Amino acid sequence: MKHWEVVIGLETHAQLSTRSKIFSGASTAFGAEPNSQACAVDLGLPGVLPVPNHGAVERAIRFGLAVGGHIAPLSVFARKNYFYPDLPKGYQISQFESPVVQGGTLTIHTSAGEKTVRLTRAHLEEDAGKSLHEDFHGCSGIDLNRAGTPLLEIVTEPDLRSAEEAVAYARALHGLVRWIEICDGNMQEGSFRCDVNVSVRPVGQAEYGTRCEIKNLNSFRFIERAVDCEVKRQIELIEDGGTVRQETRLYDPERDETRPMRSKEDAQDYRYFPDPDLPPLRIDAAWVREVAAGLPELPSARRARYQQELGLGVYDAGLLTASREAGDYFEALRAAAPAVDAKVCANWVNGELAAALNRAELDFAASRVSAIQLAGLLRRLADGTVSGKIAKEIFELMWSEGGEADAIIDAKGLRQISDSGALEAILRDIVERSPAQVAEYRGGKEKVFGFFVGQAMKATQGKANPAQLNELLRTLLAG
Amino acid sequence: MSLDSLIDGTLRGLAGALARREVKAAEVAGAFLDRIAAANPSLNCFITVDRERCLAEAASADRWLDAQHARLVGHPAAPDGPDAVSGRLAGVPIAHKDIFCAEGWRTTAGSRMLENFVAPYDAQVITRFRDAGAVHLGRANMDEFAMGSSNENSYFGPVRNPWDQTRVPGGSSGGSAAAVAAGLAPAATGTDTGGSIRQPAAWCGVSGLKPTYGRVSRYGMIAFASSLDQAGAFARCADDLALLLDVMAGHDVRDATSVARQDPGFASLLGQPLRGLRVGVPRDWFGPGLASGIGDAVQVALAELQRQGCTLVDIDLPASAHAIPAYYVIAPAEASSNLSRFDGVRFGHRAADYRNLDELYERSRAEGFGPEVKRRILIGSYVLSHGYYDAYYLQAQKVRRLIAEDFTRAFAQCDLIAGPVTPTSAFTLGACNDDPVQMYLEDMYTIPVNLAGLPGMSVPAGFDQGLPVGLQLIGPWWQEARLLQVAHAYQQHTDWHQFRPVGVPGVAA
Repeated sequence: MKHWEVVIGLETHAQLSTRSKIFSGASTAFGAEPNSQACAVDLGLPGVLPVPNHGAVERAIRFGLAVGGHIAPLSVFARKNYFYPDLPKGYQISQFESPVVQGGTLTIHTSAGEKTVRLTRAHLEEDAGKSLHEDFHGCSGIDLNRAGTPLLEIVTEPDLRSAEEAVAYARALHGLVRWIEICDGNMQEGSFRCDVNVSVRPVGQAEYGTRCEIKNLNSFRFIERAVDCEVKRQIELIEDGGTVRQETRLYDPERDETRPMRSKEDAQDYRYFPDPDLPPLRIDAAWVREVAAGLPELPSARRARYQQELGLGVYDAGLLTASREAGDYFEALRAAAPAVDAKVCANWVNGELAAALNRAELDFAASRVSAIQLAGLLRRLADGTVSGKIAKEIFELMWSEGGEADAIIDAKGLRQISDSGALEAILRDIVERSPAQVAEYRGGKEKVFGFFVGQAMKATQGKANPAQLNELLRTLLAG
Repeated sequence: MSLDSLIDGTLRGLAGALARREVKAAEVAGAFLDRIAAANPSLNCFITVDRERCLAEAASADRWLDAQHARLVGHPAAPDGPDAVSGRLAGVPIAHKDIFCAEGWRTTAGSRMLENFVAPYDAQVITRFRDAGAVHLGRANMDEFAMGSSNENSYFGPVRNPWDQTRVPGGSSGGSAAAVAAGLAPAATGTDTGGSIRQPAAWCGVSGLKPTYGRVSRYGMIAFASSLDQAGAFARCADDLALLLDVMAGHDVRDATSVARQDPGFASLLGQPLRGLRVGVPRDWFGPGLASGIGDAVQVALAELQRQGCTLVDIDLPASAHAIPAYYVIAPAEASSNLSRFDGVRFGHRAADYRNLDELYERSRAEGFGPEVKRRILIGSYVLSHGYYDAYYLQAQKVRRLIAEDFTRAFAQCDLIAGPVTPTSAFTLGACNDDPVQMYLEDMYTIPVNLAGLPGMSVPAGFDQGLPVGLQLIGPWWQEARLLQVAHAYQQHTDWHQFRPVGVPGVAA
């Protein structure tokens, strides 16, 4: 059997978070009554004209800067002509030959390590409306609320080599667009959706295989599964002597398979040409500088800083920069607890807190334990007031019942016993009551040490300072 | 002054009389409506007239004018008429080409496709006239979607030229031009994509102005070819056009191609002598294609300009020879896309029978569009197709740039250009039915102006075998005031613009 290499490129539609549409003043809010947010321009009434939304252009510039792409000083809106009932004008205003962002890169991290994915372009365009084929007494309904919603279509080079990489890219892009606040990233509402181009070729072959495009994947899991089953389909097809046809396919999550939607032969000629209603989009250097000045520290820069300055590992730094909310939480925690070791902070955020958030299906921004509260707890851990074990218990209480760490420590008497005299008395008592174990330990059975620690923790209800406990115990047992 | 002579006079005169309350807007509107009722069955200048609505608007203008008048009478500084923009056309009836959306008015663009389309909003041009207090007289006939040079392409029937009812009025704004010529309206709006104001103005013997591209908002004007379409006006003299342009022009945030400028008013140069102006004459335009009667009339007009102190300068516009082919690539390309929205889904004509979506599209469009519109959609779709785009569309854009460069070079030698508007005068109905290209050639002197985005005018300059001849004036970008100065000076010493056709039903000779 031959070995196959998978080649993947993604086209992602990120809905830009402007309040109004890309070429009209109508609202972009999701979930309104059908056709209640479509004005004359969105309806494509005779005589109406588009006017570009400054905010949408600014968001495209933010993106271009964040990926290190070239911001075209002059880009062109073009018409993509085709008939469809949810496309009111009979053409979509997009960008074709001269997109607003050209080039750029995005770095992803997978089990294989770090990889830089090249971006081809990112261009501005308007979304179409929605056809509703159910519940209309045998007719189709059209909702044009979405028509004219601003999109940034972000296109990669065919640089990805596995479903894992495709998902890592989609996650990194999702994190980035939310980080720089150009897109809310809501995948259920369709604010972030991916088309995945997949082909396979024998390892070592220079030419790409024939690709299929899987349209409109709106979850990371679907991206992974769609790529996996499409790769399997293509390999099986070729190995059975068939050839892959260039076509657009749909992924059916119910049956976990991709199905053909339309083939290249039915591909329409979109008759692209520059939109005569819109002068070329001019972006001068001053505007780019102004936008650059307003950009937050980017996830890649922060990740590097966490690794270099705070000494965090790749994994922790990656998690803490995967989303703007996680990053903001960690920054707030660090600011409130500057004396606590950064690694300890990272462990807590990525450990206890992340687990609790996961269980409750909450985002960092909605955490029941705020960064300030967690800082209060970690300060007590750092100054030895409580042990790690007790701290976790306190965290659980804070999570389930609320409150500040100090109040819980006082109310529940959880203060760690760090008085070496008191602790020594307790330990002495245990050692005296356990001659057999003492003999075993002294005879070389180091493992018995754990027995004494357990007894001591039991006797102190876990409040013994573990470091002090270990030291005292070793001295006592040494005789 | 009798009502007839008042409404056959100038727009400024009429607006002044209304402001001084010498006449009621309702009387004026009523008089025009009566003329339309009598003449429209034969001339077919209007697609829609709404007597009640028009008179209601006039009555409301009368109330406003009465209040203004009461406030101003006896005041030492009382002006001759309201001079604020809001109200400078108070009570004046204006005919609007049926291409400008007007809320509550059926807006057809001359097409079966929009036979029952009632616009839910106002075009910016309509808003401007409304703000100026003008009364909406009716909807002027036009070639379907402004495609045509004879007005024979209207779904609502051809307009007849009031000078000779066996002849066409020109197009596409034929209804507007003929209505002003016949005395059915004191002024009218139009649009000019390749000559659609200047050519019918010439053939109907009225003054017409196509402003610089970007001068008047296109918002609400049903698009034919967006990069060429420009709204303008018809009136009886240059002075009235200046007044109309002052109302229509101005930046509109809803049109990204409209331009914000602070120019002095369009009347700012009226009355200034022409001495020292250099008038460029494109000698190539006086070749064998030009009817001799038209050539002669235009030469006489040039001599008049010379007499007033202008210098005539020969200029070359070599790329203009390719203007028609370039135009018939670019305009249909844009039209093919602009007209895609007429799909029978949301508004406009929808076929009665269809079995699926494709049939809904095909039948609705097959039934809704006339043959010339279909021809241009086909041409436009073809030239934008994959594999043909470079050879046609891109090539045409290059020609367009060369044409614009010719004009830039020419305007280094002259202040304006003067020449014929059309190669022939109005032809008889049906004469070009079998030869669309012959009709396209009628626009050979007007199309280059649109391709370059320049302002252009047609001024009555005599007659050729009883049919009106136009003198075309072309200016550099934004120099409408210069054109109006020259046209006005010309009209101070000639009376071609004062000739009226005889025999229009309902209009006293």
